[in-house]
Amino acid sequence: MKNKSILLIIIIFLVFCFVVFYKGLNSSNTYSPNINNKKAIPFFKAKDFNSNTYLNSTKIFNEDVFYVVNIWASWCLPCRTEHPLLVELSETESIKLVGINYKDKLNNAKNFINEFGNPYSQIITDIDGTLSVEFGAYGIPETFLIDKNKIIIKKFIGPINEEIVKEIKLATK
Amino acid sequence: MKILRIFIILFLFLGFSHLKSDEKKDELKIKILKNIRCLICQGQSVYDSESEFAYTIKLIVDKKIDEGLEENSIYEFLREKYGDWIIYDPKLNKNTYILWVLPLLLFLLGGAIMYKKIK
Repeated sequence: MKNKSILLIIIIFLVFCFVVFYKGLNSSNTYSPNINNKKAIPFFKAKDFNSNTYLNSTKIFNEDVFYVVNIWASWCLPCRTEHPLLVELSETESIKLVGINYKDKLNNAKNFINEFGNPYSQIITDIDGTLSVEFGAYGIPETFLIDKNKIIIKKFIGPINEEIVKEIKLATK
Repeated sequence: MKILRIFIILFLFLGFSHLKSDEKKDELKIKILKNIRCLICQGQSVYDSESEFAYTIKLIVDKKIDEGLEENSIYEFLREKYGDWIIYDPKLNKNTYILWVLPLLLFLLGGAIMYKKIK
């Protein structure tokens, strides 16, 4: 009887270990951010790209429209591929695009905008990357969709594509 | 001459006390950075990593310490931005309670078995 109960405990323990390790094998060990976590936009102060003056986030997001915040840089190759789509998105009336220029040189960024067009109604600079952390970004490009209540309702990691543009247009209709 | 001596001592004292506070700040910074996961690296803390992301987080931690935030408040800030995964030391919640409770249960079970054997 005693041996039986010890055997049972050992079997239960081994089954438990098996289940834990089996589940562990299937789960990814790389970071997968929670992209559907709805959060209010952070409060921040940032430098305007053109005028070099400081702006409050409340001043940047002060209209009753949907905002798309896009983090970009002239040195970022995927940003070039998504840029025409951002230009297309900027033609939608219900959306305003805000660009965060990430760890970039001002001249290079200006050349980029002159060459590929300016889809942004406002560009702010993030010279050391700390502003992007406020948005929970960890690389570029990243795009955030903000609703009229100033809540981040969607986060897109990596360059946006046709499907994402459709999704944004549908969400902002 | 005496006044000069007092000034020199005072100057040295102030200088060293400044160094000491810097040392304290650095210690706290290293402790925090070692407990933050570099999200774009494989198995590296922010302290060990030289990536762009790690560099930015180092700046943020530095800034938050300068603002006078406590260690836990800095973790809370990062947790709010990136989720639980960014901190190595997991918080007790519904996803991690087994991790916290299981060693205690095993310890109690082992203790009970030993107690029974000795008796």
